[in-house]
Amino acid sequence: MAEERDSAEALVSEIHKKITDAFEVFDHEFNKTVDIREIGTIIRSLGCFPSEGELHDIIAEVEEEEPTGYIHFEKFLPVMTKVLMELNEFSCNILILKHFVLHHILGEPFTREEMEEMFSAALDPDKNVIFYKDFVSMMTIEET
Amino acid sequence: MGCGTSAATEAQGRLSEKDDSVKAPSPALTMKAAILIQRWYRRYVARLEIRRRYTWSIFQSIEYAGEQDQLQLSSFFSFMLDNFTQISGNGPDLISHLLDPALTEEEKQATFEGVEVSDSYSGPHISFPLTVSDTNALLSAFKAQQILHARYVLQLLYETKRFLKQMPNIIYLSTSYTKEITVCGDLHGRLDDLLLIFYKNGLPSTDNPYVFNGDFVDRGKKSIEIIIILFAFLLLYPDHMHLNRGNHEDHIMNLRYGFTKEVMQKYRTHGRQILQLLQDIFSLLPVATVIDDKVLIVHGGISDMTDLEFLGSIERQKIKSVLRLPKSFEDVEAERGLEKICGQAGSLRSAGGPSGGTRKRRCRRRKPSSGSSSSSSSSSSSSSSISSPRGASQVWSSPLPSPRVPSPTDLLQLPFLDSIVAVASLAPPREEAGWKQIVDLLWSDPKKQDGCTANTFRGGGCYFGPDVTRRLLQRHGLQLLIRSHECKQEGYEFCHDGQVITIFSASNYYEEGSNRGAYVKLGPDMVPRFFQYQVSRCTRKLTLHQRVSVAESSALKSLKEKLFAHRSELMAAFQEYDVNKTGCISITDWAQATESVLKLDLPWRTLRPRLARLAPDGAVEYQSCFEDVSAGQPVPQISPNLAETLYRYRTDLEIVFNIIDKDHSGLISIDEFRQTWKLFSSHLNVDVDDSAIDDLARSIDYNKDGSIDFNEFLEAFRVVHKLDTKEKQQG
Repeated sequence: MAEERDSAEALVSEIHKKITDAFEVFDHEFNKTVDIREIGTIIRSLGCFPSEGELHDIIAEVEEEEPTGYIHFEKFLPVMTKVLMELNEFSCNILILKHFVLHHILGEPFTREEMEEMFSAALDPDKNVIFYKDFVSMMTIEET
Repeated sequence: MGCGTSAATEAQGRLSEKDDSVKAPSPALTMKAAILIQRWYRRYVARLEIRRRYTWSIFQSIEYAGEQDQLQLSSFFSFMLDNFTQISGNGPDLISHLLDPALTEEEKQATFEGVEVSDSYSGPHISFPLTVSDTNALLSAFKAQQILHARYVLQLLYETKRFLKQMPNIIYLSTSYTKEITVCGDLHGRLDDLLLIFYKNGLPSTDNPYVFNGDFVDRGKKSIEIIIILFAFLLLYPDHMHLNRGNHEDHIMNLRYGFTKEVMQKYRTHGRQILQLLQDIFSLLPVATVIDDKVLIVHGGISDMTDLEFLGSIERQKIKSVLRLPKSFEDVEAERGLEKICGQAGSLRSAGGPSGGTRKRRCRRRKPSSGSSSSSSSSSSSSSSISSPRGASQVWSSPLPSPRVPSPTDLLQLPFLDSIVAVASLAPPREEAGWKQIVDLLWSDPKKQDGCTANTFRGGGCYFGPDVTRRLLQRHGLQLLIRSHECKQEGYEFCHDGQVITIFSASNYYEEGSNRGAYVKLGPDMVPRFFQYQVSRCTRKLTLHQRVSVAESSALKSLKEKLFAHRSELMAAFQEYDVNKTGCISITDWAQATESVLKLDLPWRTLRPRLARLAPDGAVEYQSCFEDVSAGQPVPQISPNLAETLYRYRTDLEIVFNIIDKDHSGLISIDEFRQTWKLFSSHLNVDVDDSAIDDLARSIDYNKDGSIDFNEFLEAFRVVHKLDTKEKQQG
């Protein structure tokens, strides 16, 4: 039991560090806050795949009662820890993927800019087609 | 749907499955696939964004660290100049011409009229008074990579100087005569950006007025061309072209950041004369512009002391370099400043709270160095350290060695506090206050918290909060402050509830693709309209991934050089954590040790995968962060400590050598080399004994003619990247 608790604690502390690191990249004032518009980037960079709608729900959870446009680290940390712990429990992000595939979920439109940016990243410049295997590995590769 | 072990293989498997078996997928499946791709793509972009952000932080940290170094160096020179004209008894002129490159009588007498334009000169010809055809000729000549003849440059500078003499410190403009005024930020020698602005927005004219908000020169390769174009338009349209002084319009900054070098390379014979004139012109540039009594435009920012009425009345031409107080009142300022800053230090610390662990990076940066006691000792130790440099060991323990002030508090790193001497000053306090005001205008940055604190990150000026902005605008009945001075990714940025705009006009400032440039137009309604652009050398648009990668690798290179130049310090810090001598420490320890030595305030844990390797057990093999870089050439026979000093202060040394090398031959005498070292080692507080320097000097005087090729010498202390060398060999 004690060992289990230790490893759980180690896991939590590891997750806390990850979240802190990602948060700090965006904490320009060094005052434990980030701009609310950066939250999506932080969450996704931590390996999650929320839709804009789901992102909205998370933001609602971590926002101050009187929204300031900034998110405080103390609010963000527990919520994000919970999300990452759940991910971890099922050992793999795949759960989320299955969730999407198994349930009918309404799509959200890509903005025009996003779409263009994605194609510029995905298209082979010479043949003007997408090699989907390259595209998939580009998006999924873990560069660490 | 199988049970893949990783998200990556699962996604790949699924997509290829679809490809093989399903010819016409159902709309539902297509929809799901699209949603899936969208989510993965957004995560991919988010990860790139993180990399882009830390790349930015690296560039900025290293840039500001360089500014600090320059302020350190120049204030040290000032101090030497004012107090120790004879360092080694070997003639006083070494130090005196470090900062004031006084011309010979002959050079002073000479004017542009005596300079012949030979028939072989193929560049543009201009005649005064200038007309539109002259500015057109200049523009097209510079586009064709031509250089303007020294005669014309000198004449242009004489005319500019004469014109600027009669200008006030603050220019008041009005939009009522014209429709809109264009304001541009830092150009930094990027002629392409200036030409692009003119192309998009039109040339300056009576219908198209411009304000250029400082930092025309340094860093880029075409600073002199920019200066020439701007001055030519200034003379052509004196009422519709306006130039504010920036912190790089300063001959001491130009020593480090390339403008001095550029001028000397392009104008071998008349370079010194040109530089001397520019030094006067820079000090004559107005320091602020006000539009319609509503918008204030300055290069850096403001402080809680800023007073426009007072600023309007000072004699700006006395301030040749804002890095140096005009001599007579230096001392008072130093002492006054010291008290003030120490007061601020106290309040900063208490604001940090009792828990030392709270993250307050800009304060933490100023680490109290060892072996110091109180601020009152600084004046005496400043001189004693020169006669008896302390041991080298101490140098490695202090972040920014500054011999004259063994930093009782870290805050003494402020450049203007360096020249502390106990001589009573005769200077009128008014001049001193004027100098301080200008420093604040040229060097300050806004911050988000209220208040006004010393800008220790850069080393000069201050950080001003929203309350400072509010009060100043209110007091003078203004609406908006436009400033430049900081590179922004989009070329412009709002802060302080929209009361402050930062405008920056040099695109790709840090690296190809790092940022856009922008200019802002103001009409009578005073609603700013922004225009963004980016100079591009590539024909095809780079993808986000490519853009991020290019900038990232360049940033990481600079960072690895920093690591290498602090190798022994870093190793000592790592080994402190490595109790069992395994060569590995935890990631957290590695990050802490690295930050404790380099003090760059970077997200080290996030950067770790790019800098150091992990052992199988997840610990950092700390030696691996020095693997990619090595010395450029076999290093002369010197101790490792001296070698590391050379790596770290290569730029500083190069500046000093270049000043000493009056004829720009690239050669200095052994005696000058020796003197430089004495001067420099007292600055760095490194104890190098004379015989070691003599040996070093002899060993690099390859042809034994008594002179030293310092470029070759310094080349040995350039850090190279192993991967690059390999690629070159293969290619």
